[in-house]
Amino acid sequence: MAEVITHETEHHHYEPGHEKTLGAKIARWVFTTNHKDIGTLYLWLSFLMFFVAGGMALLIRTELFMPGARFISPEFFNQMTTMHGLIMVFGVVMPALTGLANWQIPLMIGAPDMALPRLNNWSFWLLPFAFLLLISTFFIEGPAPNFGWTFYAPLSTQYGPPSTDFMIFAIHLMGLSSIMGAINIIATIINMRAPGMSYMKMPVFAWSWFITAFLLLGIMPVLAGCVTMMLTDRHFGTSFFNAAGGGDPLLFQHLFWFFGHPEVYVLILPAFGIISEILPTFSRKKIFGYRFMVYAIVVIAVLSYVVWAHHMFTTGIPLASELFFMYATMIIAVPTGVKVFNWTATMFKGSLSFETPMLFAIGFLFMFTFGGFSGLMLAIVPADVQYQDSYFVVAHFHYVLMSGSVYAIMAAIYYWLPKWCGYMYCEKLGKWHFWLTTLGMNITFFVMHFLGLAGMPRRIPDYPLQFEDFNRIATIGAFILGFSQLIFLYNVIKTIRGKNRVKASAEVWEGHHGLEWTVASPAPYHTFSTPPKID
Amino acid sequence: MAQTQGSYYLPNPSHWPIVGSIGLFSMVFGAANWLHGQSFGPIIFGVGALIMAYMLFGWFGKVIGENQAGLYNKQVDRSFRWGMGWFIFSEVVFFGAFFAALFYARISVLPWLSGTWDLGQMTHYLLWPNFQEAWPLIHNPDPNQFAAPKHVMGAWGLATINTLILLVSGLTITWAHWGLYKNNRKQLVMGLFLTVALGVIFLCFQAYEYIHAYEHMGLKLSSGIYGTTFFMLTGFHGMHVTIGTIMLITILIRSIKGHFTPTNHFAFEGVAWYWHFVDVVWLFLYIFVYWL
Repeated sequence: MAEVITHETEHHHYEPGHEKTLGAKIARWVFTTNHKDIGTLYLWLSFLMFFVAGGMALLIRTELFMPGARFISPEFFNQMTTMHGLIMVFGVVMPALTGLANWQIPLMIGAPDMALPRLNNWSFWLLPFAFLLLISTFFIEGPAPNFGWTFYAPLSTQYGPPSTDFMIFAIHLMGLSSIMGAINIIATIINMRAPGMSYMKMPVFAWSWFITAFLLLGIMPVLAGCVTMMLTDRHFGTSFFNAAGGGDPLLFQHLFWFFGHPEVYVLILPAFGIISEILPTFSRKKIFGYRFMVYAIVVIAVLSYVVWAHHMFTTGIPLASELFFMYATMIIAVPTGVKVFNWTATMFKGSLSFETPMLFAIGFLFMFTFGGFSGLMLAIVPADVQYQDSYFVVAHFHYVLMSGSVYAIMAAIYYWLPKWCGYMYCEKLGKWHFWLTTLGMNITFFVMHFLGLAGMPRRIPDYPLQFEDFNRIATIGAFILGFSQLIFLYNVIKTIRGKNRVKASAEVWEGHHGLEWTVASPAPYHTFSTPPKID
Repeated sequence: MAQTQGSYYLPNPSHWPIVGSIGLFSMVFGAANWLHGQSFGPIIFGVGALIMAYMLFGWFGKVIGENQAGLYNKQVDRSFRWGMGWFIFSEVVFFGAFFAALFYARISVLPWLSGTWDLGQMTHYLLWPNFQEAWPLIHNPDPNQFAAPKHVMGAWGLATINTLILLVSGLTITWAHWGLYKNNRKQLVMGLFLTVALGVIFLCFQAYEYIHAYEHMGLKLSSGIYGTTFFMLTGFHGMHVTIGTIMLITILIRSIKGHFTPTNHFAFEGVAWYWHFVDVVWLFLYIFVYWL
């Protein structure tokens, strides 16, 4: 404590860049309390996991290239679908969005850092350990988790492999990380806004994360409770999910989807925020209907808590519940429609230009909306009886997740990367990346709608002959999609190392708006130590 | 709206979070291996727990030191308050999951399994046609898998005494708070001491109740959904009372050392909020687990 007292009220701000040894260089990243450093760490973890889980997807698609293939064993196939889903949700999209929040929210609201910087470090540094634990399940005795990313009881309780316990604890760590991250974001937005930055002046991205953080606080503890019940059912003789003792496997689904449905909005609301930043910039107009964009996010978040059982239409829940959850789900189309309308209206009569972030944003607008429509089809109870557990569902959620959340994340990285590292990315490579990704994305997932409608179930390693053509097409698309991400990686690394030799100005984009463009590029290690003036 | 008074304190790089990560990782890694019968499991778990304890001491010690050195302005104080408030909110939601399990079992599952709700008639007929619903459930659907308890836990004995103990402890901590406002250190320390004592008595009664349930009532974690929800809900509550008591002891020691002023005592208030939260959870437990 002595070293603190000597500084009294004004203390010395740590600046990196003087590390000589490798140990000191590593220590900088491990001990950092800086929101920019932590944002970078989140984004790189997400990038790494993107290739890990993407590799799993390619193994899945290779196995499905033709019927009767034995490229991987059916047992391993099940582990691949499980881990692909878990890692993509918890290891790719969530960390990437949190990384963007860390980088951008303090810059956007004029704060010197996140409200609780040490806690911020802990939120990140729990994640590598969580994924170490999750991925270690491949190397212990017995199979890795093999019951699908939704880990339904009793598959995961009575019949789950020993590795399930490692997965449970990994989810506990991830949940803890998310809860602490959410608390930090809420405290930052409530308490750290620059004077004059009223709530209704906040950028939509900050708003979207503000709401998302509340969603996280309302659902991650439920997931923690749910996996704790799994653990006690597996080892301590409780009967939460066992009807022989008066419990119910359906209780698992209720708890899981009470978490799971708001969770998909956790994955998409910050993406909405990103798109609401990018479209105005490249349309050179203000966002159309700012207030309604904010209200729509709030309404979507509230509704997301009361729609969970639309994942359970075929489980035999009462008819009255089915009707309630069907209508509640369809009502979400209204605020979502408001958002799509306002994005379109933002572009209307704007002077548009099509740099890579804008391309991804427009790709998002088309394909996310498409995925939203297939979601409406799934929401209709009698139709869902047909679609349930088929490839139609796989097609639907990849349209909203891959060409929704992931497209928005990619758009955000192209959009803000010049601000972060001070160099422009290579526009030509960016365009190649966009078009190849969009091509691969649609070749892979569009045909899955037909497969599903024709009756091909999801999560199977083999299929009847009549599904062969579409599966081959999907596999070819998946390889285009997967390998075109290497262009992205190359472009990002090249930009960070300044190989493009094109320095970014502070404003970066002609149609820029917001506080982040008022600081230099690259953004200095400490920004807004004195709060900016907002009028 | 944020008002800045002096600059917001930004901590220098800190090693405490990574120590915490290593500690937690060791704990869960050890626990998982322990469950799988590995002899090194409990050792790694124990080492992890020690690392966690070390981290909590170090991290909180650092924060207390910074606060005593006057590095925190009002805005930092507010960050802590928002952080603690929403942390307690997340804890409420965690208990909500277990209450949801209790209500779901009582309102939906048991009527379905007993066939009294037309939706479950086929399940009832095919699985356990002799099963009849009741709460507390003393005849499980499959008694061979889950031996039912011989007796049920009543509400009017220890549970009522424990309710009174927690309610009184809510008063004593408020009395301590008043003492702090008046800068009456004696009242502050006395109030906190009483609160700690009541918390410890509560935990002793709870432990006695558990032993009694296991040894004389045949009520166990594995006694079907009644024992499951009883022990998981009261168990997690007891765990939170334990954490709360440790937090109370910490601020008791700090009060004796002369920390806290009438205007600067976030740690006291944070612990008091937490204690009230534990109190309110208990009231729900008393009503829905013991009584109704």
